[in-house]
Amino acid sequence: MAFTAFSGTAQAAEPAVRKRSPIALLLLLPGMFYLILFFVTPFFSLIITSLQEPDPLRFGEFNNAFNWQNYVIVIETYWEQGLRSIGFAALATLFALLIGYPLAYFIAITLRPFPLLQALGLVLVIAPFFISFLLRTLAWKQIFATEGPVAGILSSVGILEPGTAITGTAFSVVFGLTYNFIPFMVLPIYSILATFDLRLIEAGNDLYGSPATTFRTVTLPLSAVGVISGTLLTFIPAVGDYINASRDFLGSADTTMIGNVIEANFLVLSNFPAAAALSLLLMAFILVLVGFYVKRSGTEDLL
Amino acid sequence: MTNNDVSQGGFAEAGADLELVGISKRFPGFTAIEELDLTIPAGSFFALLGPSGCGKTTTLRLIAGLEEPTTGRILIGGRDVTATKAYQRPVNTVFQSYALFPNMTIMENVAFGLKRRGIKNADSLAHEALQLVELDHLAGRKPKQLSGGQQQRVALARAVVNRPALLLLDEPLGALDLKLRRQMQVELKDIQSEVGLTFLHVTHDQEEAMTMADTVAVMNKGRIEQMGAPQDLYELPQTAFVAKFLGQSNLFTGDVVTTAKSSIVVDAHGTRIEVPTDRAQRHNGRITVGVRPEKVTLHDSAPKADSSRNVIGPGRITDVSFSGVSTQYEVTVPHHGAISVFAQNTSISSLHHDGDQVWLSWSVGHTFGLADEAEGEPVSRFHADLDTSMIAVQSRKDLEAELEEA
Amino acid sequence: MRGFGKWGIWIYSGMAFVFLLIPIVYTIVFSFNDYRRTNIIWTGFTFDNWLNVCDAQDVCQSFGNSLFIGLVATVLATTLGTMIAIALVRYRFRFRNATTLLIFLPMATPEVVLGAGLAAQFLQAGVSKGLWTIILAHTLFCLSFVIVTVRARVASLDPALEEAGRDLYGNPFQVFWRVTFPMLLPGIVAAALLSFALSFDDFIITNFNRGAEVTFPSYVYTAAARGIPAEANVIASAVFFLAIALVLIAQVSAAARRRQLAKAG
Repeated sequence: MAFTAFSGTAQAAEPAVRKRSPIALLLLLPGMFYLILFFVTPFFSLIITSLQEPDPLRFGEFNNAFNWQNYVIVIETYWEQGLRSIGFAALATLFALLIGYPLAYFIAITLRPFPLLQALGLVLVIAPFFISFLLRTLAWKQIFATEGPVAGILSSVGILEPGTAITGTAFSVVFGLTYNFIPFMVLPIYSILATFDLRLIEAGNDLYGSPATTFRTVTLPLSAVGVISGTLLTFIPAVGDYINASRDFLGSADTTMIGNVIEANFLVLSNFPAAAALSLLLMAFILVLVGFYVKRSGTEDLL
Repeated sequence: MTNNDVSQGGFAEAGADLELVGISKRFPGFTAIEELDLTIPAGSFFALLGPSGCGKTTTLRLIAGLEEPTTGRILIGGRDVTATKAYQRPVNTVFQSYALFPNMTIMENVAFGLKRRGIKNADSLAHEALQLVELDHLAGRKPKQLSGGQQQRVALARAVVNRPALLLLDEPLGALDLKLRRQMQVELKDIQSEVGLTFLHVTHDQEEAMTMADTVAVMNKGRIEQMGAPQDLYELPQTAFVAKFLGQSNLFTGDVVTTAKSSIVVDAHGTRIEVPTDRAQRHNGRITVGVRPEKVTLHDSAPKADSSRNVIGPGRITDVSFSGVSTQYEVTVPHHGAISVFAQNTSISSLHHDGDQVWLSWSVGHTFGLADEAEGEPVSRFHADLDTSMIAVQSRKDLEAELEEA
Repeated sequence: MRGFGKWGIWIYSGMAFVFLLIPIVYTIVFSFNDYRRTNIIWTGFTFDNWLNVCDAQDVCQSFGNSLFIGLVATVLATTLGTMIAIALVRYRFRFRNATTLLIFLPMATPEVVLGAGLAAQFLQAGVSKGLWTIILAHTLFCLSFVIVTVRARVASLDPALEEAGRDLYGNPFQVFWRVTFPMLLPGIVAAALLSFALSFDDFIITNFNRGAEVTFPSYVYTAAARGIPAEANVIASAVFFLAIALVLIAQVSAAARRRQLAKAG
């Protein structure tokens, strides 16, 4: 399953025989060429674009330059959205972990004696993937709408002032991010716990560990790779997302994230250098984060 | 003349000679086969016997064409096939893991080789082969629906149906339980005499090799130590490795003190042991001699001097293990260490007990002299428990490590 | 306390499942809404939206575009990805680590960066955006997922099977098509389905590279401001049911196969 991409389990047993052969080149070249042409070179395009300066005569046109001040300007202008993105994504990752870990544990371990229920549980977890990302996000918007059921109940019990919006707040954006990326948290943790030897828990209990102690000292450390993989798989798409925070969905002008800024600069304002500089800064941040994570957790073979 | 040309769809009418000339195989980091010359006559059942990692599986893979030798030539029926690919050789293999194609039925598995060679009546030949192994009624099943023993027989049928000049068996019985293994040994032997092909059987199970093969070659550290009929190998081992690997042996090392025409005498820590000259590989200097445990007799008191028997003692019994038909004793004799004795349980009164003082004797004619010296337990320089793919994995890993260092 | 510990996880997980399903149920229910101008308030039950999906012409056309893009991108990504997966498992080659990194990085790159990067490249190269730029972009992000999925399958393949194929007179071409490929097929199919799902539901990368073309997600995004017609819910629900049906069929047939094997054994 691709969702184990960040965890060690995708790595099956070491293949028996690896030979050197010209066939390897034939198999690799087309795909690698594709990746270089459409993944690597776009980064050079981004670097070039990010250093461009506006054409003094024609509006909306840019000339190649070494205008590194673009980076200073975008940081000065958008540091708030940048920090907000990191904060929102971190919160969403935390909530996804709080919901996702017990869920993965439930499916992998509690339901293990019932294969059919286990299969059903897995299907339910990936079910959100099968319905349009945008429509399921819009569904939340309408559920949370001022005239919707949630606001009605909350205001009738007096928690919410009547007429106050739930959507368009930091809460609704983090809520949407959490919801949309929970499966990315559950699946890698599940794939680790699914192969977890239950006798280890029995051994822990046998050796006078309370269920809580056994969980803390045996189960949790052994599922750490899944947790690491799940947090990365949740955080990365969440930090760059701009659908949940968009005004037409769960956000407002006060919840703008870095993704919204990049989109607006590129597609609406045609300020390509700013969009490119922001993209590169975001990518650099993620690379540093992933590198740090991988180093700290010692799981070099995340792929 | 035997037609070995597979590309023309010919069947071997009988097995063909296999000749290995100066074969060696080096993997980066270790040598699997040092220098191998071997001839297997047509129609024989030949066993390559050795511990894990001795090079026997590599030898098999070289013959099958799955590996290329570093040096040397391979000839089948006199034709040099060294440069030909696996699919061009008149050789078929029964793989250790059976390697049945899980996506095909039993029938499709067995007919696979025939169809690749474009043989017309592939299906009826496949049915015949399945009848031979008594599995024709399961032809429509998938391999996973069969038991281990049945899968093994399908693998055999899939190879035999091609009437190869040479059939290679890579520990094909290793995955079966003891009872099934015995049964399959008999069946394999029957099938071999029925179809009359040359069988080359690789195994680490000495009993299996001895019961099934006409000729056994004992392999160790990439070389063949000794080759011959099973009984000859057992009665007259030539090296310490063969003496210890094939059954058990009690070995004594000492200097030759007397050399006569018919026998020589070795002085091992003050004990004189006589060996017939024709049963000793070396006749002077420091040599190792030995005797099989079942040839040794126990005595309660020092036996009368008898020039036809070697005597050691006194020693003390340190272990008795009773196994029904026989009893195995460990006797510790000063300077000689522990000596094993197998005694038939012919009468209850002859039972000896732990701690008893005993003397040991055996007929001079049962003593053998080795070509090399025993140096304790034979130590394999390879990792224990390597099978086909493990050897390959290990070699690749070694190579990769080597490359990374470079 | 112990009793709660035992049942607590059932209750907690049950609530989590309900949470996951709420917007799905909402979307499906509102595909039956007899809506007037905007499909926000429940006004009554009708099958009309399902029977006349293409009355909302934009919805139908964008759906067609998404299908076409998804199919082409899936074929491209699955072909290229399977080739790479086989090479990665079976062969030794130089720059292995660099290759692995190059495959891994697109999955660690936020979509907005992938999208902006490609758009910047198309802009500089003077390529006008359209269906083909979308397809190129989708193939790119599906590729890594295909490689990872198929690679696991190749790695679990017993090399002795291919050796047996060679031993039984199969030339390299025959061994690949008769032994290797059929064994890899389940992995390849899984990768293709995943690719299609990723492509069909992608919005962010598409939005940067679509030019004037409209895919189903980009239609929904644009329409979100003024109200989504229930026909969009119909399409999404239909796709959902189809996907669930596929998954269930796969699960049931796998269970049936296991039972059959158990009976034979």
